Amino acid sequence: MAVHELNAEGLNCPLPILKAKKMLKGLAAGDVLKIRSTDPGSVADFSAFCTHTGNKLLSSSSEGDVYLFEIERV
Amino acid sequence: MSDDSTENAKSMSIIVTKGSLDWAYPPFILGTTAAAMDMKVTMFFTFYGLALLKKKLNLKFTTLGNPAMEMPMMGGHMAMPNLLSVMPGVGGAAGKMMKNLMKQKGVASIEDLREASVDLEIRMIACQMTLDLFEYTTDDMIDGIELGGAATYMEVASKSDINLFI
Repeated sequence: MAVHELNAEGLNCPLPILKAKKMLKGLAAGDVLKIRSTDPGSVADFSAFCTHTGNKLLSSSSEGDVYLFEIERV
Repeated sequence: MSDDSTENAKSMSIIVTKGSLDWAYPPFILGTTAAAMDMKVTMFFTFYGLALLKKKLNLKFTTLGNPAMEMPMMGGHMAMPNLLSVMPGVGGAAGKMMKNLMKQKGVASIEDLREASVDLEIRMIACQMTLDLFEYTTDDMIDGIELGGAATYMEVASKSDINLFI
């Protein structure tokens, strides 16, 4: 299981989702993608994205103005 | 995409009828996001929406007849009176201002979203009738598009879970 990182800080909707999807596509099942975002809308969006695509949202948290997500590729 | 080939994958179609800078966003944002969520997406470009398929995009927007448009300015918001739009250079300046604002706020350009649409294998259909009407050929348009008419769209729409007209 490999951990990959995506820095989506400063990007607005729908770029964090599009960039995350692009990276997830290249990952093996079980790999984890850690994402950093500053778009407050991405909290609801990554949750919806994972619900719809079946990828696992392992965690969703924030650190100051930065939102952190961990998604496991199915 | 590797994981969207299941038979129960959702699908969406969008009729794209407008070609100004502001109206170009909703179809491309929703189309790319749906495709990123493993939906099968078809976009049908007709009338002014056809301009969004041209190789070289030169999108503009107008302040005319848009009372809801307020630009953030010096901590407040400024409405754009209709009268302003008839002054020479105002349209171009407003377009530049909007593009700068979008860049500053991390909003994708339409060029980027269109490229993402191609990467995400969105099916893009140009309306044959509109091409004829405005005297364009496929040479004026980006590669990878299809040509079709109302029946082509209806066939797609009848099988789609979501159908939007923008």
